[in-house]
Amino acid sequence: MTADLLTVRDVSVSFATESGTARVLDAVNLSLRPGEIMGLVGESGCGKTTLARTILGALPPNAQVRGAGLEFAGRDLLRLDARTQATQMRGRAITFVPQDPFSAFNPLFSIGDQITELLRWKSPDRAPRRFGYPRARRRTDRARALALLRAVHLPDPERLLAKYPHELSGGQRQRVMIAMALLPEPRLVIADEPTTALDVTIQAQILKLLRTLANEHGASVLFTTHDLGTAWEICDRVTVMYAGQTLETAPIERFVRRPMVPYTRLLLDSLPSRNAALQGIPGDVPSLVSPPSGCRFHPRCPQASDLCRVERPPASVAEEGHLVSCHHPHMATQEAAAG
Amino acid sequence: MMSDTAPILDLHDVSTQFPVRNAWGRRVGWLRAVDAVSLSVGRGEILGVVGESGCGKTTLGKTIAGIHRPANGSIRFEGNEIGGLAANESRVLRRHLQYCYQDPGASLDPHWKIGRALEEPLVIHTSTSSAERRARVRDVLAAVGLPAGHLDLYPHEISGGQQRRVGLARILMLTPSLVVLDEPTSGLDVSVQATVLRLFLELRQRFDLTYLFISHDLAVVHLVSQRIAVMYLGKVVECGDTEQVFAAPAHPYTQSLLAAVPVVGGRRVTETFLLEGEPPSPGRLPSGCRFRTRCPRAEGRCAEEEPALRTLADGRTAACHFA
Repeated sequence: MTADLLTVRDVSVSFATESGTARVLDAVNLSLRPGEIMGLVGESGCGKTTLARTILGALPPNAQVRGAGLEFAGRDLLRLDARTQATQMRGRAITFVPQDPFSAFNPLFSIGDQITELLRWKSPDRAPRRFGYPRARRRTDRARALALLRAVHLPDPERLLAKYPHELSGGQRQRVMIAMALLPEPRLVIADEPTTALDVTIQAQILKLLRTLANEHGASVLFTTHDLGTAWEICDRVTVMYAGQTLETAPIERFVRRPMVPYTRLLLDSLPSRNAALQGIPGDVPSLVSPPSGCRFHPRCPQASDLCRVERPPASVAEEGHLVSCHHPHMATQEAAAG
Repeated sequence: MMSDTAPILDLHDVSTQFPVRNAWGRRVGWLRAVDAVSLSVGRGEILGVVGESGCGKTTLGKTIAGIHRPANGSIRFEGNEIGGLAANESRVLRRHLQYCYQDPGASLDPHWKIGRALEEPLVIHTSTSSAERRARVRDVLAAVGLPAGHLDLYPHEISGGQQRRVGLARILMLTPSLVVLDEPTSGLDVSVQATVLRLFLELRQRFDLTYLFISHDLAVVHLVSQRIAVMYLGKVVECGDTEQVFAAPAHPYTQSLLAAVPVVGGRRVTETFLLEGEPPSPGRLPSGCRFRTRCPRAEGRCAEEEPALRTLADGRTAACHFA
C-alpha cells in the first residue's frame, strides 16, 4: 500500500465567539491516498468546511488549531511557517474550488487576467518573480490557460479570456474555477460543495469533469458535500462528520450498502428517494459552544448508552478501509441474525 | 387528470413578461418568463412544478399569487377570474390563496411577538373579535406543533425550525384553500427536510389544502406530488401523473432531467449522462422548439415548428414532435 498523501491526526479547531468558545472540530481524523476522491459529508454546521479550510491553511484569525499532526506529502502543515504555507502549499500544492464561483472571482478583471495572475504567482514549474511579468512568460501562461479551458469543455476559449465573470453562466464559471484549481498542478484539490449552486443537468456535467480531470492530473480531491447523491457519484471513499467529529469512513459502496454508525444509517434513511415514511432524525444539531459530552451524537442516537454519554468512542477498523467511531456499531452479523 | 369536481385553479394561456432595458433605461424588448402556460389543479391535489433555475417556475407561482400581473391569459381560482385584476380588487378573492416563500420563518418581524404576528392577517382581512382571533391563533399554533407559550416570545427566542413553523401558521390563519409553496425544502438538510415535508402533508390533511409545490428537487416532488408539470424556458413541456412521468418520461427534456438526478446506491449518472450544453438565454430563444439546441433527438423540423402541448394516449400532455 502506498503512503497516504494527507493524514489528519486528532486535529481540533475552536473559535472564540461572543457566547464562548465554539469547538468546531473535535479531534478529527482523516487520511487521503494519492489520486483518491474522498467525500466529506455531513449536515450544515458539522465542520466539513472548517476541516477543508484547516487543511488549506485559510482559517480566520480567531481560529485556534491544535492537534497531533496534519501531514501532507511528508510535511506537517500545523508546524509550517506562514510564508512557506502561502507560497508552496496554498494555491500551489493544495488548491480550492469554492461553492459559489461568482464571489470567488474579482468582478473588475477579465477571466484571462485572473488566470494569468494565478499562473504568475503559482506556476507549477517556476518560482514567482516579485517584479515584472515578461512577455514570453505571459505568452506561455496564456497558452497553458487556453489548453486547460479546452480541457474543461468551454467553447471558444480565446474569446472567453476577454470576458468578465458576470458574462458567464454559473456552470461556465465553475468550469473556469476547476481549470484554475488544476493549473498549478496541485497534489490535492479541495472542492467545497462545488455543485450545490448548480442545476442537476449542469451538476452531472461538472462532476464528470472533475472526476476525469483529477484522474488525468493525478490529483487527490477532498470533496465536501451535504448531498449524499453527489458523494455517490464522484467519491471513492466517504467520511461522515457530525457536530465536529468524524464518525465513519468507508469506501462508497460499503458506506451506502452497509453503514455501521447509527447516524450514517439515519442519514441514509432520510433520503427522499428511499424514505416513503418521511422519517427525519429527531432533535436538533447541538450547540458547538456547549457540545454534548462523549459522542456528540448521543442525545439523538437511538442506540445511545451511558458509555456514549461519558466516553468518546475511539476510531477502530471494522474491516479493511472501514473506520468506525461508535460504541455500538451495527454489525453485519446482527443483520444476518435479524433477517 | 383532473378530479371529478371543478379544478380549484385553472390557468389558460398565461404569460408573464418583464421589460428588458438597455443601459439608459429604454425598453429594448420583452422577456417572457412564463409563456402561454395552461394548467389546472384539482381540489386537494399536490401539483409539483419542476425545472431548472430560470425556467419560470417561481414566476409562475408569483403570477398565480398576484405578485406579478400576467401579460395575458386567464387565471381562474375557485371559479373567479383573478388574472387581470389589480391588487386591491382581487384581495378578497385571493384571501384563500397564499404564497409561501422558501423560508417562511424569515419573513417574521423581529420586533413583533409571535402572537401579534399571527393575529395580523385576521385583523387586516376579517372583522372577528379579539377573543375569536386569539382562539384561532391558539388552534393554528397547536396544529403546526408549537406550544401556546410561544405566543409571547419574539422570533429570535425560538429556533430556526420553530420560526419556520410560525411562518407556516401565519399562512394558515386565513384558512387558505390553495398554498403556493416556492422551493420549501431547498437549503434544508435531509434529516430536517423529511420532518418539514411530513408537516406539509399533515397540514394538508387537517386544513383541506391544495398545494402548488414548486421545487428543483425531483426526488422530493416524486415523493409528495400526485401530478407534476415540467417547465423549460417558460414553457410547460410535460405534465401528468407523477408516477407515469417518473416511470416513462415522454419529453426528451424530462428524460434528461430525470437521468441527471443522482440516486444513492443506483446507477451512476456521471457514467451515463449525455446531455451537453446549458440552457440558452431566455432573452434570445432559439426558433421552433426551445429545447432543440440541447436535445439529443432534434431534427430539422424542430427548428421550424414549435411543438404544441398535446395529450398522449395515457392522459398526460407533452410538447414534443416525437412524444
